[in-house]
Amino acid sequence: MTVWQYGDNINTDQLFPGKYTYTCSTPPEIIPHLLEDLDPGFVTNVKEGDFIVAGKNFGCGSSREQPVLGLKAVGIEAIIAGSFARIFYRAAINQGLTLIECPHAVTAYRTGDSVRVDLDRGDLWIGEKKFRFPPLPPEIQAIGAAGGLLAYTKKKLRKQVSPSKKRESL
Amino acid sequence: MRGTFAQKLLAKKTGRKHLEPGEIVTVTPDHLLTHDNTAAIIKKIESELDTYGIIDPDFPVIVLDHVVPPVNEKTALGHKKIRDFVTRFHLHHFFDGGWGICHQVVLEQGLALPGSLVVGSDSHTCSYGAVNAFATGIDRTEAASLLLTGETWLKVPESIKMTLQGSLPLGVYPKDLILHIIGNVGADGAAYCSVEFHGDLSPLGLEDRITMSNMGVEMGAKIAVFPCDSHTEHYLSSQGIKPRGYEPLWSDADACYHKELTYNLSEIQPQLALPHRVDKVTKVKDMEGKEIDQVFIGTCTNGRLSDLRVAGEILRKKKVARGTRLLVLPASRQIYQDALQEGLMDIFIRAGALILPPGCGPCLGAHMGVLAPGERCVSTANRNFKGRMGCTEAEIYLASPATAAATAIHGVITDPREVSV
Repeated sequence: MTVWQYGDNINTDQLFPGKYTYTCSTPPEIIPHLLEDLDPGFVTNVKEGDFIVAGKNFGCGSSREQPVLGLKAVGIEAIIAGSFARIFYRAAINQGLTLIECPHAVTAYRTGDSVRVDLDRGDLWIGEKKFRFPPLPPEIQAIGAAGGLLAYTKKKLRKQVSPSKKRESL
Repeated sequence: MRGTFAQKLLAKKTGRKHLEPGEIVTVTPDHLLTHDNTAAIIKKIESELDTYGIIDPDFPVIVLDHVVPPVNEKTALGHKKIRDFVTRFHLHHFFDGGWGICHQVVLEQGLALPGSLVVGSDSHTCSYGAVNAFATGIDRTEAASLLLTGETWLKVPESIKMTLQGSLPLGVYPKDLILHIIGNVGADGAAYCSVEFHGDLSPLGLEDRITMSNMGVEMGAKIAVFPCDSHTEHYLSSQGIKPRGYEPLWSDADACYHKELTYNLSEIQPQLALPHRVDKVTKVKDMEGKEIDQVFIGTCTNGRLSDLRVAGEILRKKKVARGTRLLVLPASRQIYQDALQEGLMDIFIRAGALILPPGCGPCLGAHMGVLAPGERCVSTANRNFKGRMGCTEAEIYLASPATAAATAIHGVITDPREVSV
């Protein structure tokens, strides 16, 4: 397990350059360019189960979702940061990528520390130090439990009595 | 109910008597904006579209702007698929390449109105706060889900009250003000929050407010909103929208704020955001004399008529410095036509500018205006991240159209107050 450590205000251009936004949409297209400008060694060395520990405002900038799709596809277990930019945060919920906002844990982390997470209990260990993080609201947990937003929406649509019923007016 | 703009708007939209910050609500936005990314969005839900169709043909607003005209076969095919989708579902609000940058087109078409709720799969959707709309960015997957269901969730945000006092000195513009504010609060200074602008707002025209709301996301804001006043009503009526067509909302005097900040506009000087962060802000004075290879005037932040007028005034009967390139990009076809009629395009062309078609291209390095390694650009855009204009070894300085125009004439970073007009 590797912990990839980055600083404050890591933006979406660093995670996935804007010049590829309209030509790469699927994980196989995205992965070669993931963190291309931030950390060229990331894609070749990242393994399933790795963590990212970063400073505040992680994922700021564009609404592009390729960074989240890519990080989920390479198997990042969780991103632990001081805070997240809101569109990135929503995109992670929608893809079922675990984000943990815990500034104290980020401050405590030292290179080489192990990282463990118990999502059900809301526990996070940095080395031997334990941190607590609040669970997501139930409405949001339901999206993750369904396997992401599209799976959640598709399930909801299938349950509807009259699937072709359109909203009558705004 | 009483409270902040965000509390009141979300309560109204959900039929709730009262909402507190932190509560999660299910909302049905008035419109969903998507652009060139519509191709990737609809690809996620192909079979569901076959089975269920879309929620309402009046709901989506699609504007092709990010890579127009297409740069290669792949982007051309994306546009073709979007046109096929529009035809198949008889969508009411489709604007093909050439109409302009999505945020400008949405405002010109009256698709974001005072008191309305708009979400868009573009981070600068927050621009519509300028017309008193609750408008915020989402990702592609959420846009796909919204096309099918018309609903999503929002957390009621905390609010920050920014009170603006006095008026900007000559040669200082709303772009300088918003850069100053972002430099002051930082790139996450308004994270997850609703930013409300208060104070004497009459000196700020509607286009000025769009520049400011547009950059709300650069301080992490969910929305950045102005009250509806005579500027708003005048702007909307000039687009053919009557006041009875919308219901403005504003915060109450006793609303609770997470933070309150006051800015004295008369103290603001021309500002620059230095590479590679929007909140790394300094005075233009501190960077004067730095050589610049390219100047870019345009984008959803500063490509409107008032911006082109300011730049035109400075560039009238002047030439762009040898060794410096000037790109001018009107934000929409309507602005392009107005600028032509006013003779502004003639000024830019005579000065040696290259006029680009309305669109987003150069701002995100996807199309046109890409920089070479070692080059420096002064841009009126909203982001200067490393690699943003297509090259990681280039530098981008964000500035007002006045600073950009003055810099183009001298080929070095120049305070616009020092250029004779």
